[in-house]
Amino acid sequence: MKLSYLPGCTLKTKAQDLDLSTVAAMEALDVELEELPRWNCCGTVFSFADDDLMHQIAPVRNLIRAQEQGGDKLVTVCSFCFNTLKRASLLVKENSDKLDTLNTFMDEEEDYTGNINVVHLLEVLRDEVGWDQIEGKVQNPLKDLKVAAYYGCTLHRPKEAAIEPPNKLEALNDLITALGATPVDFPDMTTCCGSYQAVANPEIVINRTREILSSAKESGAEMIAVSCPLCECNLRENQKELGELRMPIIYFTQLLALALGVDPHLHQCEKNPADARSFLESKGLLAACTAAE
Amino acid sequence: MKKINPKKTDFIRKVKEISGQNIGLCYQCGTCSGACPNFAESDILPRQLMRRAQLGMEQDVLQSKLPWVCASCLSCTALCPRGIDIAKVMEAVRLLSLRENIDYVNPRELSEETIAKLPQIALISSFRKHTA
Repeated sequence: MKLSYLPGCTLKTKAQDLDLSTVAAMEALDVELEELPRWNCCGTVFSFADDDLMHQIAPVRNLIRAQEQGGDKLVTVCSFCFNTLKRASLLVKENSDKLDTLNTFMDEEEDYTGNINVVHLLEVLRDEVGWDQIEGKVQNPLKDLKVAAYYGCTLHRPKEAAIEPPNKLEALNDLITALGATPVDFPDMTTCCGSYQAVANPEIVINRTREILSSAKESGAEMIAVSCPLCECNLRENQKELGELRMPIIYFTQLLALALGVDPHLHQCEKNPADARSFLESKGLLAACTAAE
Repeated sequence: MKKINPKKTDFIRKVKEISGQNIGLCYQCGTCSGACPNFAESDILPRQLMRRAQLGMEQDVLQSKLPWVCASCLSCTALCPRGIDIAKVMEAVRLLSLRENIDYVNPRELSEETIAKLPQIALISSFRKHTA
């Protein structure tokens, strides 16, 4: 299976481990992620203002690139890209006048027809590959590993752009189970990490991190699996002062790669005060994964 | 009979126009205040901002900390029993300041350490939300 893929800016720089582990793991699952030849920044946040069409140009231009590639799906793994592109795709699908204005503005590109379905990698794993298939391909079961599944905000809110219904937070837990690990009962799966307040009001992010980590600790988790590079950074960078609450943070794609026996690209994890690599090593989970060295 | 203050109705109209939300629907249940993860960093609660906006209290609304500590997590929006997209109201209030060229963060003042540490999505989204 071949699917159009938009990694996004952060995955090409600060979160390369997310990009590389995603591509490697999907290859092991016989899914080829074909990177769009000319993608641009999605704008990172969906514009909430009704009178602001300008900020829809960037996401819609990416949708046109996906359309040019000939598929009907665009896969993203960065939660910010997913939310922004998904919401932009829904906005122009429901408002033909807005789509007309945007199409008139673009001059070099073909018109966007409104038919690209933006999907998150977790949806691809659930709907295109399937949990049973994944379980069958696990080489290195993540035995005795208790993981808190942390979605953050943008995979579940708003409900129109969510990967699953709000009362049914299952995909990430199902994946963790398929990989042989144990998902813990974690009440803060979609609690906000403070997001972009890391720039203007970092104390907000410190407070959020403390709350999320203590909740994960109370749930019995040993590590937290995330999808969003900003959640990852916020939860990792702000635990230095948190003593006993410290916990390794890892992308769900790294767990997937590790279980499938391909390189999980753990180098970024070493920035973590509670180092994910040495933690996984102590669990004996890196031994079976030769590529991890 | 008291006369309607045109300045107040103008502010209410602008908030409604930018947010696309009927703020008059709010019945002050306070669900948004309970859902907001950052209320402790603010001077007023989301419910209180909604009431002040309904009443056209422009200065109280524009000077409140709340829209600036909001992380657009949409917890309020997801739970509002009146179906108001409260995050859009917060954005409208931010934009009423930003469109006057009043920035909340200055990218030039960020430390090298902050820039080196944070991923692009953090910086760009902060500039999108907090600068004109």
